[in-house]
Amino acid sequence: MKKIYNWSWLPLLLLLVGWQTDVQAQVNGKVTDAISGAPIPGVSIQVKGTSRGTQTDANGLFTIAETNASSVLVFTFMGKQRQEVSVGNRSTINISLSDDNHELQEAVVIGYGTQKKKELTGSITTVTAKDFQQGNIQTPEQLIAGKVAGVSISSNSGQPGVGSTIRIRGGSSLNASNDPLIVVDGVPLSGSSLNGAPSPMSLINPSDIESFTVLKDASATAIYGSRASNGVILITTKKGTSGRARFQFTSQVSAATLAKKIAVMSADEVRAHVKANGTPTQISLLGDANTNWQDEIYQTAIGNDNNLSVSGAFHNIPYRLSAGYLHQNGVLITDKLQRGSAGINISPQLFNKHLKIDVNVKGALTQAHYANAGAIINAVQFDPTQPVYDPESPFGGYFEWYSRDGQTGQVSPNSIAPRNPVALIRMQDNDNTVKRSFGNLQLDYKFHFLPDLRANLNLGYDLSRGHGNINVPENAAQNYGEQYRGVQNKFRQEVDNRVMEFYLAYNKELPQIKSTVNVTGGYGYYDNATTNFNFATLAANGDTVDGTKPVFPFDIPRNTLISYYGRLIYSFNEKYTVAASIRTDGSSRFSPENRWGVFPSAAFTWRINREAFMQSAREIEDLKLRVSYGVTGNQDGIANYSYMPVYSISSAKSQYQIGDRFYYMASPAAYDSEIKWEETATYNVGLDYALKTWRLRGSVDAYIKKTRNLLNTVPIPAGSNFSNQILTNVGNIENKGLEFSIAATPVSSEKLNWDIGFNLTYNENKITNLTAVNNPSFVGNQTGGITGGTGQTVQIHSVNHPVSSFFIYRQVYGKDGRPLEGVYEDLNKDGVINQQDQYWYKSPAPSVMLGFSTQVAWGKWYFSTVLRANLGNYVYNNVNSNFGINSNTLASNAFINGGIPDYYRTGFSAPQYQSDYYISNASFLRMDNVGVTYNVGRLFKSEAGLRVSANCQNVFVYTKYRGLDPELSSGIDYNLYPRARTFVLGLHLDL
Amino acid sequence: MNKKRTIKYGLPVMLALVCFACTKDLDRKPTNSLIADVAYKDMEGYQKAVAKMYGSFGLTGNAGNGSSDLAGIDPGASDFLRLYWNVQELTTDEAICVWADPGVPDFHEMDWSSNNIILMGLYNRCIFQITICNEFLRESTEEKLAARGITAGDAEKIRNYRVEARFLRAFQYWVLMDVYGNPPFVTEETPVGKNIPPQIKRVDLFRYVEQELNAIEPLMAKARQNEYGRADEAAVWALKARMFLNAGVYLGAGNERYTDAMLNARKVIDAGYSLMPAYQHLFLTDNDRNNPEVIMPINYDAVSTENAGGTSFIINAGLGSPMNGRAMGMPGNGWGGNRVTKNLPLLFGDYVNTADSRSIFYTENTNPEIDNPRDFAQGIKVMKFKNIDQQGQMPVGNPNFSSVDFPLFRLAEMYLIYAEAVKRGATGGDEALALTYLNRLRERAYGNSAGNIASFNLAYIIDERGREFYWEAFRRTDLIRFGLFTTNTYLWPWKGGVKEGRGVEAYRNLFPLPASDIVANPGLVQNEGY
Repeated sequence: MKKIYNWSWLPLLLLLVGWQTDVQAQVNGKVTDAISGAPIPGVSIQVKGTSRGTQTDANGLFTIAETNASSVLVFTFMGKQRQEVSVGNRSTINISLSDDNHELQEAVVIGYGTQKKKELTGSITTVTAKDFQQGNIQTPEQLIAGKVAGVSISSNSGQPGVGSTIRIRGGSSLNASNDPLIVVDGVPLSGSSLNGAPSPMSLINPSDIESFTVLKDASATAIYGSRASNGVILITTKKGTSGRARFQFTSQVSAATLAKKIAVMSADEVRAHVKANGTPTQISLLGDANTNWQDEIYQTAIGNDNNLSVSGAFHNIPYRLSAGYLHQNGVLITDKLQRGSAGINISPQLFNKHLKIDVNVKGALTQAHYANAGAIINAVQFDPTQPVYDPESPFGGYFEWYSRDGQTGQVSPNSIAPRNPVALIRMQDNDNTVKRSFGNLQLDYKFHFLPDLRANLNLGYDLSRGHGNINVPENAAQNYGEQYRGVQNKFRQEVDNRVMEFYLAYNKELPQIKSTVNVTGGYGYYDNATTNFNFATLAANGDTVDGTKPVFPFDIPRNTLISYYGRLIYSFNEKYTVAASIRTDGSSRFSPENRWGVFPSAAFTWRINREAFMQSAREIEDLKLRVSYGVTGNQDGIANYSYMPVYSISSAKSQYQIGDRFYYMASPAAYDSEIKWEETATYNVGLDYALKTWRLRGSVDAYIKKTRNLLNTVPIPAGSNFSNQILTNVGNIENKGLEFSIAATPVSSEKLNWDIGFNLTYNENKITNLTAVNNPSFVGNQTGGITGGTGQTVQIHSVNHPVSSFFIYRQVYGKDGRPLEGVYEDLNKDGVINQQDQYWYKSPAPSVMLGFSTQVAWGKWYFSTVLRANLGNYVYNNVNSNFGINSNTLASNAFINGGIPDYYRTGFSAPQYQSDYYISNASFLRMDNVGVTYNVGRLFKSEAGLRVSANCQNVFVYTKYRGLDPELSSGIDYNLYPRARTFVLGLHLDL
Repeated sequence: MNKKRTIKYGLPVMLALVCFACTKDLDRKPTNSLIADVAYKDMEGYQKAVAKMYGSFGLTGNAGNGSSDLAGIDPGASDFLRLYWNVQELTTDEAICVWADPGVPDFHEMDWSSNNIILMGLYNRCIFQITICNEFLRESTEEKLAARGITAGDAEKIRNYRVEARFLRAFQYWVLMDVYGNPPFVTEETPVGKNIPPQIKRVDLFRYVEQELNAIEPLMAKARQNEYGRADEAAVWALKARMFLNAGVYLGAGNERYTDAMLNARKVIDAGYSLMPAYQHLFLTDNDRNNPEVIMPINYDAVSTENAGGTSFIINAGLGSPMNGRAMGMPGNGWGGNRVTKNLPLLFGDYVNTADSRSIFYTENTNPEIDNPRDFAQGIKVMKFKNIDQQGQMPVGNPNFSSVDFPLFRLAEMYLIYAEAVKRGATGGDEALALTYLNRLRERAYGNSAGNIASFNLAYIIDERGREFYWEAFRRTDLIRFGLFTTNTYLWPWKGGVKEGRGVEAYRNLFPLPASDIVANPGLVQNEGY
């Protein structure tokens, strides 16, 4: 890690150049809220006409040097009215700032520009730093989990740095991507995964983020055209400020513990069961240990996260430098993630502020050691009567199931027995290093001869380089072949993502006709190339495993997108706003004939409270109706060249012998030359409201999203192409929903401030067509593969049902309420139980999602909590269906396994994978976060302010689901890396 | 000042120009995949296409055992032999499987529907290989060879491959005719894309396959003269013999072709093949060397032709505790799935002590009765295929994959076809010769003449076919020909899903076309009963 320190501290050194130390006559004072009287931290104070400035500290206090009687101080703070105060002969200036019509004047970031919140035509939600989730947040998207109506953010597991499944208004696709487009400072990130990093987002330091803006309806997203069907998340990173250099240092230490373990039979229960039901051979296999395999593989994981930033202005050039270092262990032993990150932002303005330059460069280096996650499920299955270590074992001294040949003495691990979970982890080293840098140069030029016209050029890049290796020693049972033992594998990947955007924006106020006009037109170029290097598989002794030499040294899948777009926003009398946009995208994934898609949108906003008839309703601060319609596209998540007839050459393990020689095979790929854009039309009606009482504000939105020409892998007439299914444009999906959000400040006084936010989302998802030719006898496309058996699936995409609905047999129960093994309802009453008796039963997607946040500021104390709930989501318990059966425990005559107490409920002797018994309602209420912060105030009479905080994350989950964790976007519970409960202590120092 | 002015006005204009110049970047091409003209630019390219043509038999896909040419099915279960084997064996007295995997229990219970995933898989696998052969025929026309500058010896080799492509296609159409009756029909004339292939009736398909085989017969390499693994004229005769033997099933009573079956079997017998001296050696890893009996194999290799189907499947699925995996060449001890109903070992009488070397079963402490079809411990296991060579050595490579080649056509079948056709009244049949052929099989089985027979009837033929060919994917076709498949004349444990066995509907002599293709192809008419 030395390297990280080396370059992450570099920005600090640079900073010393800009250090200003001379102190002269100074003014100090306090800034408070005009209504509540509460101090306002972070108010920017600048000496007018100079570059000197400062900010208020956590107590609203400020000190500014180098003033004289003629100096004028300018106080600015987002959402407050700007104030200018002459210093005169005062040395103390206390002022109060009143609300700038609340947040309505706030500029909200929209695609290619900003818009005043009061004029917004789209369904847009912004979350800024003050509302972020607190605590040990390793990936940025987790900052806003539960905070936005219509947005579901669910971490994929408890692994350090793991990403999240983000869904905005449900999924709109089956085979193409359902992930939203993420744009950082105007640079769209590529959707490609980074090998070796837990998730692409894990290379973005959450503490560099200023705000998230979520674009939901088509009026907001259509300007992003082809990549916007799943919504857009705009991330703005923190920027330089005016005034002197200000330091912020935060440090956190956290301890993550296992919140819950999977219930398994104890060693004594297994012994009793085997003795009662096993063969003499099986009984003889029982051990006398009492091993809790889950205790053996999990630990309390310590982590710490340190961030330092400095921002200010140097010779009138605002800058911000930041550096961070995260060290996070996983609850699975040996799992570890280290991330060093650094960022620079400078934003000079030249030519009398006609040219604004914004430069952002962020870099991160992660080093991860991954524990073999296969151990998670093996710890559930493995026989608890066996010890962890066995001195006789040829496999590194770990107990394993193996046989020894009577004559040769040769040992072979049993190929169908599970492996020792501890050995799986301890005998595998999986080390990965990933570097990622992204950033942009944005030039925004206001024409000298026509200041209403701006030209904006944004050049962005996002590069990553990953490499890693997996080493398994020769004597490990997990890779113990006859010929080759152990593993020395390598991987290397490079991702190059380049972006160029240019637009012209014309913004004109025409007071004589009470109108404002905003016209934007632009061009975008997006190129994404990944280089995957191929390596042979090596045994631990360095021998190349036969048949693994790669045919090609590398592959470069690449795709390019070119776009032209335009937008017109016209407002009349601050009452009516119409907006229309159009974007056309060309994608390299489609043939020249089908390459270009056109994505229009139109929207209308009516500020009802500006009407004369509303003038008497003084209580109502804002009431705004939004109506929008638009079409967006989707082409992410599909193969790059699927329209082309191409031959691919087989791998070394897939050769065929003719005569004495083995030949590589050239296989033509199935293709649809007419494949084209998937299109989603969204209708949205929304109402924004704000009342003066309690500063109540929020929105209600209703939407319908209709996706057509689904990029869908469907059965095609056999014989018509080189497979039985191809990716083509067939099918329709519909999402309908309601979103409601409300935020309020019921108490706001100098002593006490209380904020509450609540949001509710209802979404209904349905496939409305799946085939080119309508045929009612077609049940659908099976999906949702489970573990156990071969080719078992429990879900299906079917017309008139939600995506990935469970498709399963209906269990028959006995009089005692226990399920009868292998007895299912004969739903079609034809006397036999076969595939015709499967039925559609629920789906993994919740129908209702709720989010609740509250913050209380009381004197120097600050409390906050976030709760989330999903209702109507169902989960298939694959752990129970695979292990909660007699034939799991009494696996064979060569080994035995542990058991799952669910067996006591079912008594099943053999697996009943297709029973709906294993599907249950997994609605849940989760407290994501509860925290308290104490503001210590100034330290040692200096300017340094200190806050200390304590947080608990994943505090509790209330659910009736009996498995490990009800929050599973796939709906199938198996091998989940448990989400930990984390306790965090933090300190925050301002200087 | 000038400079500043240039920046002021020039910069935006310049940038605007830059933007509109790069739409040709949308023509991205894959790095390692090839378009047809590149793939077929030389002999090496054609050789790879030929490998795919044959390899579609043996492999699941192009990129190791987890890849598949087919979709909608577990990749490891998507090769030809595993699918075909399940269809031909699990439906009969020769195999019953423990697994509850999708589609598997339906077969022995004889209650499959058109949604059965294995039936979908086999259908698509056969048609996939047909489309691969069609593509080769399209890309190897005289015009294309000339245009690509391939001449003389290379062109001659490719012409031979063309004929073999037609043979492989004819073979797969025979499978489709036998299993599904009325499949869709495509040839090299059919364009690739989204067209809807027409359905062909079983009788018309029979005529087509016969015509194709007649047409290619004189063009094929002479018997036993081609490279190992490639089809020759004997393969054509063998397929004809098999097809004609079953003509009554395909074309209806009164249309039997026993004489043609007999004549073609005789051509193979007279072409110089002889029985492998030891029956067991037919089913070991070195059966690709010095094998005088096999007419055409499907080739497997634990290093280079890896997949979880084929003989890897046959061996592993039939192997499990308490059997000794190492003795079977699978030290991982198998997957514990398939065993036989008691009817099969009982064909050998005292199957434990019989002198018939074909009785290769695991019988230790094993009850032949199966009370619980889901318990591998119950029922007799088969040890006929072994992943070891004649010296007992395991092959190099991944120890859970097999290097045993599968005999698709072998001489013994021709003997039995000859005898059966004669017994069923083929014109010009020689009953004495038939008896000689049958006794050659007996002598090999017993190592001497102790097991020889003096006469035979049709019942002997079906039983002898059971003894000789069990687990070689013949059984369903044989039982249908003898009227024993769906009827209650012949029962086996768990036939029709009940322990004592029961007859099922006669329409189950033919499988349904998969529901997925009925949906995708509006021109298809489903088989009767489904």
